[in-house]
Amino acid sequence: MSFVTDLQRVLRQNIREYGMFIALFVIMAYFTVTTDGLFISSRNISNLINQTGYIAVLAVGMTLVIVIRHIDLSVGFLAGFLGAVAAIAMVFWKLPVFAAIGLVLVFGILSGLLTAFLVAQMKIPAFVATLAGWLGYRGALLLATVSTGTIIIPDATFNAIGNGFIPDIPGINILPEIHKLTLLLGLLTIAIFIVNAINSRRKKQAYNFEVLPMNLFIIQLLFVSAIIGSITWVLAGYRGLSWTAVIVLAVTLVYDFMTNQTVLGRHIYAIGGNPEAAELSGISVKKITYVVFGSMGMLSALSGILFASRLQSATTTAGTLFELDAIAAAFIGGVSPAGGVGKVMGSLVGALVMTSLTSGMNLMGIDISLQYIVRAAVLVAAVIFDVTTRSSGK
Amino acid sequence: MAAPILEMRNITKEFPGVKALNNVSFQVAEGEIHCLVGENGAGKSTLMKVLSGVYPYGEYSGDIVYGGEVQRFSGIRDSEKAGIAIIYQELALVPEMTVFENIFLGHEISNGPIIDWNETIKRAGEMLRKVRLNVNPETKVRELGVGKQQLVEIAKALSRDVKLLILDEPTSALNEDDCDNLFDLLRDLKNNGVTCVLISHKLKEVISIADSVTVLRDGQTICTLDAKKGEVTETALIRNMVGREIENIYPKRVRRTSDEVLLEVRNWSGYSPALGRTVLQGVNFHVKKGEIVGFAGLMGSGRTELALSIFGNPDGYKLNGELFVRGERKQFNHPQNAIRNGIAYVTEDRKRDGLILIQDVKQNITLANLREISKRFVVNGNAEVTVANEYKTSLNIKTPSIEQKVVNLSGGNQQKVSVAKSLFVNPNVLILDEPTRGIDVGAKFEIYTIMNRLVERGMSIVMISSELPEILGMSDRVYILSSGRITGELPIEEATQEKIMHLATN
Repeated sequence: MSFVTDLQRVLRQNIREYGMFIALFVIMAYFTVTTDGLFISSRNISNLINQTGYIAVLAVGMTLVIVIRHIDLSVGFLAGFLGAVAAIAMVFWKLPVFAAIGLVLVFGILSGLLTAFLVAQMKIPAFVATLAGWLGYRGALLLATVSTGTIIIPDATFNAIGNGFIPDIPGINILPEIHKLTLLLGLLTIAIFIVNAINSRRKKQAYNFEVLPMNLFIIQLLFVSAIIGSITWVLAGYRGLSWTAVIVLAVTLVYDFMTNQTVLGRHIYAIGGNPEAAELSGISVKKITYVVFGSMGMLSALSGILFASRLQSATTTAGTLFELDAIAAAFIGGVSPAGGVGKVMGSLVGALVMTSLTSGMNLMGIDISLQYIVRAAVLVAAVIFDVTTRSSGK
Repeated sequence: MAAPILEMRNITKEFPGVKALNNVSFQVAEGEIHCLVGENGAGKSTLMKVLSGVYPYGEYSGDIVYGGEVQRFSGIRDSEKAGIAIIYQELALVPEMTVFENIFLGHEISNGPIIDWNETIKRAGEMLRKVRLNVNPETKVRELGVGKQQLVEIAKALSRDVKLLILDEPTSALNEDDCDNLFDLLRDLKNNGVTCVLISHKLKEVISIADSVTVLRDGQTICTLDAKKGEVTETALIRNMVGREIENIYPKRVRRTSDEVLLEVRNWSGYSPALGRTVLQGVNFHVKKGEIVGFAGLMGSGRTELALSIFGNPDGYKLNGELFVRGERKQFNHPQNAIRNGIAYVTEDRKRDGLILIQDVKQNITLANLREISKRFVVNGNAEVTVANEYKTSLNIKTPSIEQKVVNLSGGNQQKVSVAKSLFVNPNVLILDEPTRGIDVGAKFEIYTIMNRLVERGMSIVMISSELPEILGMSDRVYILSSGRITGELPIEEATQEKIMHLATN
């Protein structure tokens, strides 16, 4: 039967891309069983997403940094420091919340450009340059909080970023327990996805390119729709989509589009694959290095905002070890340490895997010491999977 | 003929999907220089890897009889112990270590765990004298040229009492002097009883040095020729290598050069801060529309430096002089400017700085001109596939699909991808740096045909090449470079190998 062989072929060809999603699915299913469904409860999933947010945005930026064969160790304390700056701007300088956010994002970009200057212009290895950043921003964070200690943020709008949810449509009385706007957005996403998929299939057919056979195509549509649908349903069962989720989704979609569809994205991967060849192809390695570190800085700022908002305060230890969580998420998500390979979507899933493990094991009451060891094993297993599928594939 | 020191019988080695060696037999007499020739992919290197134990016993079928006994090497260490040493194209020295450290790396002279440095340095000196290399053993290998590094490799082999020395394309990176030097040394070693197997692409040098030649084609032994019987001739070698007579490996073309000058350089000088020396001095040349201009010269004569200095100067030379494109004065500070002004460059080393090996064929082809297939910075993937397929057909790139990663292609097809990439920027002047290095005769012919087609359409080609027959066979005009200066310009009618060599060594 050709359907089964088609399915096998498509799965085999795309095992690397689907591998992460399958792993995430297995982990979630496992914890759902071991916690009697507590793990998959709307409330827990909602929390899990909010906890992933500040690591996920870092992991997205880190993906690009690692793809162009660099690393950024400074992002954790940079996030912590800029979170503190945001708090100070609102509490002491009395800046309006959006002005403070804008200011911090600009600071983030500038910090990233400073790193890029050291790396691209002064030719300092990124590991060293950003290790200096790690020390420097840690000092800056302590300095910013030295007189006050923890700065409590009273601004409700700001705190909603890490704790709030999108409002519901008022005045509808059907399905009282369900968040209607979330549901609506979910359905809209499914509709857009289906229309897009059909359009792109038509275009490919117009060019006479190979497309999935019709039956597989329909299954793919149903499968993805089911996943979006069930996530929507779970989230709508609690308080709906959180602002954090909205931000992370927006960042991931923008970066996913940028890396896959734009000239800039192609240049980034070309540099990762072979910087000399890229330069001789007319790509400015320097310029792209500035762009990538600049974006990393901006996302660090965003991470700092998400974290400060979630804690509703800026603390003296904010950002500790974020950088390593982000790097681990990127590697779990299939980014190659040798550069040139890796997808932002993968890193997002990598971040979700990490937080799912923490959340699931917490619910099961597993000791923190064991949690670290399990996470270590998962990191190694993910990279082994990645390396072996890469060498056996084409 | 002396007794064979080595006999490989019915060797078959398979890789997933390919039979790299099919029932190959290979016999080397003691004390001879035996050349192994064949097109790329004929199985030469694989055969030597079987011999040296890189592919251990059990991974191939057949027998290796060496020194009268059947050998079962399970790794390089075993074959080294038996007195077989192999020197690869890419040298295996540690650049940051000194010459003497490199020579005894892996078999250090020591009392227990403590290395006896004095004895090491003394013995290294003896080895260096044997290979007639006059350098201080305490020099770092990094500071030596390629030719000298090669001699260090041979010294390293000699220090292990080598009986059978295998050299895999030792001259591909050497200039004429270093080559002669190396061959003198090999003859010397022969007289001292060292047997030598030489893998080479350069038929001239095979003819000059070989006692006998074995030709491989498609993983099979075609024949073994004996020099004493006068069997080793260029036609015989080529016929056996390609399986057909190639009358003229340079396809004919109607020469139609117009007088319009597309590219001109005046008083062009360059200093390289990285190398700390002047690489170009007072260079003047011009390229007319529809012309193939050959640039000859020895390694290090500044040919690649000249090309790069024009192509946006990526190595950051300090440049002086004037550059004109279609009569307009230009200054390029990045390859991008050069590309936008209709100049394209195909690098000498396609793997190192030409291609992105981990990306697929289509991504490599479109890389330098993504704007062409983009709308507002968004790449149109479907248009990309169309473009790539067009080049796949027109340049006859042999790949199962344009989604194949370039790393999996053969050298000739990688070169075609490299050329396709440069053509996609729609250049007026195409600079080809060693366009046929390391590719087989069939693929060379195809590259030449493509070049002819391009100039017939009005493109100009600057061809840098170390192979004089190629320069003479393809160019309309030849410039000769030596030590960063142009030492001569010859119209093709007047150019001969002797004249060019004379000017190149000037």
